[in-house]
Amino acid sequence: MSLRKGLLFSLPLILFAVLVYFFGKAIGTDPSVLPSTRLDQPLPAFQLPVLEDPSRTVTAADIKGPVLLNVWATWCPSCLVEHPVLLELARQGIPMVGLNYKDEPQAALKYLEIKGSPFVFNIADIKGDFGLDLGVYGAPESYLIDAEGKIRYRHIGVITEDVWRDLLWPKWQEIGGKDPTSADTQAGGPAG
Amino acid sequence: MKRGWLIGAMMLLLVGTAWATIDAYEFKSPEDEQRFRVLVEELRCPKCQNQNISDSNAGLAKDIKDRAYRLINEGKSNSEITAYMVERFGDFITYRPPVRPVTWFLWFGPFVLAVLAGLIILTRKLRQPRVAVQVSPEQEARVQALLQQLDQVETGGKQEETK
Repeated sequence: MSLRKGLLFSLPLILFAVLVYFFGKAIGTDPSVLPSTRLDQPLPAFQLPVLEDPSRTVTAADIKGPVLLNVWATWCPSCLVEHPVLLELARQGIPMVGLNYKDEPQAALKYLEIKGSPFVFNIADIKGDFGLDLGVYGAPESYLIDAEGKIRYRHIGVITEDVWRDLLWPKWQEIGGKDPTSADTQAGGPAG
Repeated sequence: MKRGWLIGAMMLLLVGTAWATIDAYEFKSPEDEQRFRVLVEELRCPKCQNQNISDSNAGLAKDIKDRAYRLINEGKSNSEITAYMVERFGDFITYRPPVRPVTWFLWFGPFVLAVLAGLIILTRKLRQPRVAVQVSPEQEARVQALLQQLDQVETGGKQEETK
């Protein structure tokens, strides 16, 4: 009887402990960050014009890494925030391809002209179709693409120096990305 | 009666807003339109989380609606379209999470809890009569005497009332 009672009385305590575990796990993680379903998969197929030269088209086969694919737009304030960091990374030699997402090409070109472009080239996804296939749900987003063209990492939100150092840089090395101290870039250019 | 009309009119207003997002699309058949309506209620917007794509004004919700519309016109079934969206945005996109080991707690948790609660209630109920029987003869006699007194008081009271 006392054992039963003890069990009965400890039940709320056990439930409490379980709740503490689950809530505790949620602390510090952003619930709005969703895992990418495309990890370790090749980029979804697409065929889109190059922002800088609309007469040229790019396909998934042209994006062979290691390269950082950055989803951005001029309507996205956070993209403006991360722009200096991207410029610095580009200066250090990290090859970057931009995915100009649901933007006006003229505005985007003007933005890059004024702010400087960290990108080898930009994919112009004006309607956002490629973004949808990729599972983009907000800009900025950054994808690390390996040498086989597979998505190896996705970062939602602004790339800060901390984010680069703690999250992206280790992954970058893992996929065989060049040490940024070496100057030459090696991103595949758009097919002519 | 008047209030009934008022409530009816207000309900009509609600219907208007619910349909507003669908009117822009032209469907091949009423069945397709009905399917679309169910779909946009069950797909969750990844951008403005906790809204379905029918309610959401986000650009992404519109894109997903457009894509769903296109797929419906291509003759895809609703489960195919949901799978298509899950492939892109993950399980989060649907308000009907698939049954998987990770979601077992979600699907079966409430039933397990209900069964447990039922068992607890049942065992308590089964134990109760035994407790009630443990009354000594003296106590039993006292209870009877008290009940009789109560009866007398009640019938007395009623007679007064009827006077």
